Amino acid sequence: MTGTAVDLIWLAPALALLGFVLNGALALWRPTAKAAVTVIGVGVLATAFAVGIAVVSAFAGLHTEAPVVFRYWSWMPVGTLQIDAALQVDQLAAVMLLVVTGVGSLIHLFSVGYMKEDAGYARYFAYLNLFIFFMLVLVLGANFPVMFVGWEGVGLCSYLLIGFWFNEKVNADAGKKAFIVNRIGDFGFLVAMFIIFWATGSLDFENVFGKAPTLLAAGGGVVTAATLFLFLGCTGKSAQIPLYTWLPDAMQGPTPVSALIHAATMVTAGVYLVARCNVLFALAPISGAVVAGVGAITALFAATIALKQWDIKRVLAYSTISQLGYMFVGVGTGAMAAGIFHLVTHAFFKALLFLGSGSVIYAMHHAYHATHSHEDAQDMRNMGGLRRHMPWTAALMWIATLAIAGVPPFSGFFSKDEILAAAFARGTVQPAWLVFWGLGLAAALLTAFYMTRLMIYTFHGPNRSGAGAEAHLHEAPWVMTGPLVILGGLSALGGVLNVPELWGGGARLHHWLEPVTKAGAALLPETHLSTSVEWTLVTIAVAVAVIGIVGAWRLLKPEALVPARAAAPERGLARVLRNKWYVDELYDFFVVHPLVWLSDAVLWKQVDQRVIDGAGVNGAARGARALGWLGARLQTGQVGVYVTLFVVGVLAILWRLVGGGGG
Amino acid sequence: MLLAPALGISAVLFTLGVAGVLLRRNAIVIFMCVELMLNAVNLTFVALAQRLGVGGQVFVFFVMAVAAAEAAVGLAIILAVYRHKQTVNLNDINILKG
Repeated sequence: MTGTAVDLIWLAPALALLGFVLNGALALWRPTAKAAVTVIGVGVLATAFAVGIAVVSAFAGLHTEAPVVFRYWSWMPVGTLQIDAALQVDQLAAVMLLVVTGVGSLIHLFSVGYMKEDAGYARYFAYLNLFIFFMLVLVLGANFPVMFVGWEGVGLCSYLLIGFWFNEKVNADAGKKAFIVNRIGDFGFLVAMFIIFWATGSLDFENVFGKAPTLLAAGGGVVTAATLFLFLGCTGKSAQIPLYTWLPDAMQGPTPVSALIHAATMVTAGVYLVARCNVLFALAPISGAVVAGVGAITALFAATIALKQWDIKRVLAYSTISQLGYMFVGVGTGAMAAGIFHLVTHAFFKALLFLGSGSVIYAMHHAYHATHSHEDAQDMRNMGGLRRHMPWTAALMWIATLAIAGVPPFSGFFSKDEILAAAFARGTVQPAWLVFWGLGLAAALLTAFYMTRLMIYTFHGPNRSGAGAEAHLHEAPWVMTGPLVILGGLSALGGVLNVPELWGGGARLHHWLEPVTKAGAALLPETHLSTSVEWTLVTIAVAVAVIGIVGAWRLLKPEALVPARAAAPERGLARVLRNKWYVDELYDFFVVHPLVWLSDAVLWKQVDQRVIDGAGVNGAARGARALGWLGARLQTGQVGVYVTLFVVGVLAILWRLVGGGGG
Repeated sequence: MLLAPALGISAVLFTLGVAGVLLRRNAIVIFMCVELMLNAVNLTFVALAQRLGVGGQVFVFFVMAVAAAEAAVGLAIILAVYRHKQTVNLNDINILKG
């Protein structure tokens, strides 16, 4: 206890939990009380955000380098394993706390408009509040098990919200896919926890990270295994190769959910985890290279798929995977602050992009509803020219596009540039990182291209919505556009959080995070770039972004597009990209089908039916029946037989008692 | 006193009772043989009571009381079985056969 507002930290998750309980109760008994649901759902989040601001400003006032840990009760006292239900506030948790509650509040507000007419309104807000609760437990937990509770909890909420409209099978399937793919990652997280406990005897962050440099050999097998298993968890939660396939399907959920869970917060949990464990990753250079390498490859790979998607949300989903790849390049390189910085700016501009696409879908859906049309409201081929009907959304999404493409002075430019510069700097010492830098640069080019493509096809050129529908297109209500405006401001100006020294800024986020990251940074090779090299890198990055945008502007002709129902299928490479490199089909063929065959033909029909049911269950029954049959032979029902046996028995006992037979 | 002849008669009576229970098939006769065994034991009690105190004689009264109760229950059962089966031959009564 510090005697300051930091002590109130428990209020933030508690408020979200309270919102879940109240809204859950309303969902069960008064699902039509939408006004109450709105007040509770948005109110608890706004209050939690206020608590977050109070806590973080009080924490900043403490000027402490060590995290402030609150131990509430002993959760699992088992021998030497002492796990407390404990929360901690430190610089990294503070950043995540503000992002989760701040962006979360805006998205809750947007949801009020987006979900207004949905019958599951109360249930939706109950899940959303529950998600915030688990996300806060994840980022505030002071040891691995508490963090794991949050980690699993957000996965559960993700499942519930992806399959929110569960009466369509495709949505329920997408939810299951997300959940099952995440199990693989969670298995990695669990194994990593076991290894860490085995090697250090503790699961508390303070203990583990404090002891790790002395207990674990740098570059040794133990720490490498632990960090690789941790990263397996990250690839699941943060949608990296090879476990990324669930995220595009997760777009079946309501669009604000995609913005909150599948762009701004939950999927960044893996980045947070690596940054949290920066000491361990610094001790395992191989793992660091794996993290950065997987991140770089994912960034480029997902960007290629995004080039040929027509569903506006799928483009953004692959874009999210790609940007998460960048963050992993950052944290894998050891530039924790750069990775977290990109996490923050990405939360701003990607939430804005998703909510903007939500506005677009909302408008399209209403237009098609009014004209009784059954066209796809999410297919960009059915859009076009929307800027004339939705000027605010168009302008704000352009800001986000410029931010994600990396055009100065928008927020994404600073964070992306910092990651690429860090990778290049590490490349001067270890050439492998030059490859990662190159991959990142290529991905940046594609990012600028596909985002411009999305904007051109959605907002520019002629309208392709179909006769009659265009007249019904209009801007969303202010409860939806308002959050967009705030996020637009953050996307444009978020860079001031961390203007690098090169630009005369104070690199504030970098210095703020130093108490958390310096232990890991001390273990990594020293790198330094001269000012001229840095300026060259900046020039290259900006040039790439501009080439991508201008190239898309020049190459793509929205006038030539035809609506989705009339479109011809793609050919050649475009078709491969359209079909996502056939990765889902490959997984089906090499993983899912063999697994289904194994389960069906071997485990079910042989092991379960023959061995367990046949030999085990029915075998035991048959054995018992045979013994019973034998026993029944003794029961003749003849009193004489019983009496004879009885007398013989008595005589035998007497014989024994009087000492006969030598006994 | 005539302890040895008394115990001898008692043993003979008891053995006759056991043999009757084992060999006869009429439920009434078997029942009477059980009574015979009880009375053989009574004789033993009385005979030994002369040497070991009156406890044995007290026991005899207990046995008589139990035998009387047993006779009532036993005869009732035999009657019920007879009404059911029209026989008291134990070879024909085997409904507990497994």
